[in-house]
Amino acid sequence: MTAGVVALVAAVFLACCVEMVEATTIVLAIGLTRGWRSGLIGVGVALCVLAVIVAALGPALSLVPISALRLVVGALLLVFGLGWLRSAILRAAGLKSRHDEEKAFRDQRSEAAAVSLAPRAFDAYGFTVCFKGVLLEGLEVAFIVVTFGANQGRILDAALAAAAAVVVVLAAALLVRAPLAKVPENTMKFAVGALLTSFGMFWGTEGAGAAWPGGDAALLVIIPAVLAVALAMVGWLRQVAGRPPAMAQPGAVTAGGA
Amino acid sequence: MKPVRAFAVFWWDFVVGDDWHLAVAVVAGLALCALLAQARVAAWWATPALVLAGLWVSAHRVAAEARARRRGGGAGG
Repeated sequence: MTAGVVALVAAVFLACCVEMVEATTIVLAIGLTRGWRSGLIGVGVALCVLAVIVAALGPALSLVPISALRLVVGALLLVFGLGWLRSAILRAAGLKSRHDEEKAFRDQRSEAAAVSLAPRAFDAYGFTVCFKGVLLEGLEVAFIVVTFGANQGRILDAALAAAAAVVVVLAAALLVRAPLAKVPENTMKFAVGALLTSFGMFWGTEGAGAAWPGGDAALLVIIPAVLAVALAMVGWLRQVAGRPPAMAQPGAVTAGGA
Repeated sequence: MKPVRAFAVFWWDFVVGDDWHLAVAVVAGLALCALLAQARVAAWWATPALVLAGLWVSAHRVAAEARARRRGGGAGG
């Protein structure tokens, strides 16, 4: 297995873990508040839609010329990756509140409890919230699976990495039957952001017609370089903003939109 | 028009995200890279340089806003 494949599998697995944790929090909150039946139907329908997207887009992308594919996929991965990395940097620097699964769970439960529930009827609210939650959290992963897989001709590896993440997070959720608050979500987002940004730079540059010094081996320099720059930004932002690292706790003052 | 607008807003949020400056940096980086490559000049540095500069600018704006808010508000975080 080459370093590129290892990085691909790691990026897909970590990205899927992060999104699965968030989706699981939503489904748990609905299930424990309003019952499981309608919510789980919503989950099933959303997973079917995601499977159709992957099944339809994967083969379609393999028909696109490789340079055009790398340019478009590189640009998309760069935009996604930079978004993740920016949020992770701001959180690590204490400029944005960290994602807190326990708070998200409490908020979702109180919202769900406020909507009336007809006895024994199909719960449209539970279905819709679970469907939207799983579909929206899964859509980005589906794009990552399809684009990474199509670019390296390894859709199966990417899909297996995503499936492994689903199994791991589901097993953990079944074990603890509570939001997975102890998962180092922000650290994982930092790593995923750096990986997506690195692959986006690599493929986008090749798609634009340039060649990397050293060919594929350049990835072994790009990934640590992006990580190093991101970590340097965290240190620099802490100084510029004048906030101690202790501010980077759940519930810290938010900035920059989120 | 509402469903069309909602559809467009969804995809804008999904692709562009919190800060459109990052998307501009990506497009600018790839465009410069393509131009340099067409001119047969070393172009591999263009995308990383513009993209990381865009990330720096985006993060710096948030830090500057936070600092200004603390100074202006007095109470601070």
